[in-house]
Amino acid sequence: MKTSFTLNGQAESLDLDPRTTLLDALREQIGLKGSKKGCDHGQCGACTVLVNGRRINACLSLAVTHDGDEITTIEGLAKDETLHPVQAAFLAQDAFQCGYCTPGQICSTVGMLQEAADGWASLVTADLTADTVLTDEEIRERMSGNLCRCSAYPQILAAIRTAGGLA
Amino acid sequence: MKPFTYARPSTVADALAMVAEVPGARFLAGGTNLVDLMKLQIEQPTHLVDVSRLPLGQVEETAEGGLRLGATTTNSQVAADARVRVRYPALAQAILAGASGQLRNKATTAGNLLQRTRCAYFYDTTKPCNKREPGAGCAAIGGIYANTAIFGASQACIATHPSDMAVALSALDAQVEVTGQNGQARAVALDDLHRLPGETPQIETSLQPGELITAVVLPPPPLGGQIYRKVRERASYAFAIGAVAVAGGKVALGAVAHKPWRAKAAEQALAKGANPAEAMAAEMTGARSDGHNDFKVKLMGRLGAACLTSTAGAGSDQ
Repeated sequence: MKTSFTLNGQAESLDLDPRTTLLDALREQIGLKGSKKGCDHGQCGACTVLVNGRRINACLSLAVTHDGDEITTIEGLAKDETLHPVQAAFLAQDAFQCGYCTPGQICSTVGMLQEAADGWASLVTADLTADTVLTDEEIRERMSGNLCRCSAYPQILAAIRTAGGLA
Repeated sequence: MKPFTYARPSTVADALAMVAEVPGARFLAGGTNLVDLMKLQIEQPTHLVDVSRLPLGQVEETAEGGLRLGATTTNSQVAADARVRVRYPALAQAILAGASGQLRNKATTAGNLLQRTRCAYFYDTTKPCNKREPGAGCAAIGGIYANTAIFGASQACIATHPSDMAVALSALDAQVEVTGQNGQARAVALDDLHRLPGETPQIETSLQPGELITAVVLPPPPLGGQIYRKVRERASYAFAIGAVAVAGGKVALGAVAHKPWRAKAAEQALAKGANPAEAMAAEMTGARSDGHNDFKVKLMGRLGAACLTSTAGAGSDQ
């Protein structure tokens, strides 16, 4: 089935078996291996990408449903040789060990910071009508969809604080 | 995944026609549950009708002073809506208690209602399950699994409905708008959408074949406080082992039955002047546990009483 979308600013056109997930299309057909397949069931967040600016699990989304969408993966965040501020913060804070979850953590952080900038609340927001303040508790709750089996969480938290201008 | 064909209609009428055309066809919205179950071959649709781009993605005011949540509004969109946060805080809390940020960005209002149980034996295709294979038996009964029903279970099924959002919608007396194959719209009370398992646990809702949910309608917010509280095995991103929604003296319990469980005995006791603990005690006399899930009876009594206590005397602006 013919499907076209914008991937990291470039037009992309594919002929897909409808069974192909967005994650498999990115990795196996287009060859962008940055988005990772961890659990393949939406439980680990390693496959997180941005679709029309919002973070989703690419493993639970059929690629044919993304006709016309704007998709950003970890490969599309840097501008030439200049890292995205979230990438730079993860490097500065050493926010990884094995690195397998890192592309998903970074894409999720980019999406999460936009959600906070848009005033979205979380479960730990005491006053649903107040302005969003990204405390450590808020960051942990908002990032709970991204697992790190090396448990680099303290450094990931520090990197997100840095990237969000909170440190 | 088993092979299937895919179509993306742009109108409700086309979607209804397309799903009726092919035996075994299913509607696809966010896909966060259906695609996962297709990978496991627990769901094997022959044809997917993608309703995610139908013009059902708005939150709108109703003439009655409530809100109409379009079927394909995302969980994130509804929870972020300022009107929901101010007037229906229990609903915003319930949605935010569910899943992860990524999943809430894809999952839809109607899809959330129609998600399937997370019973471990439903997911384990090496074990019998009457939902997967009617008549096969239920491995959860007597199995090593605690997150099972304490209300309304049957000899065929002790699974629970996993939604947080639906529990708040039950307490808020929401209505579900449905359009059928004849093109006629009808309204179903949220409490009547899901059914108890009985002898046919594979039939989970009162929807007719080929019917499409088009919206969930909230009546004007009730007087009195609202709250949603969820207990789970870790601090975030896990299904409930027990949950309570309170909205203006209406009480619904989550993770205790095949459907969001409206605590009518507790509500009746409250109306007669019972205190929160007495009201929940009245409700829990109807609970039946089987060993592994005994803890739920005490848990729900205490959680319900705590929620009722915290909302007692609160105004409608809470």
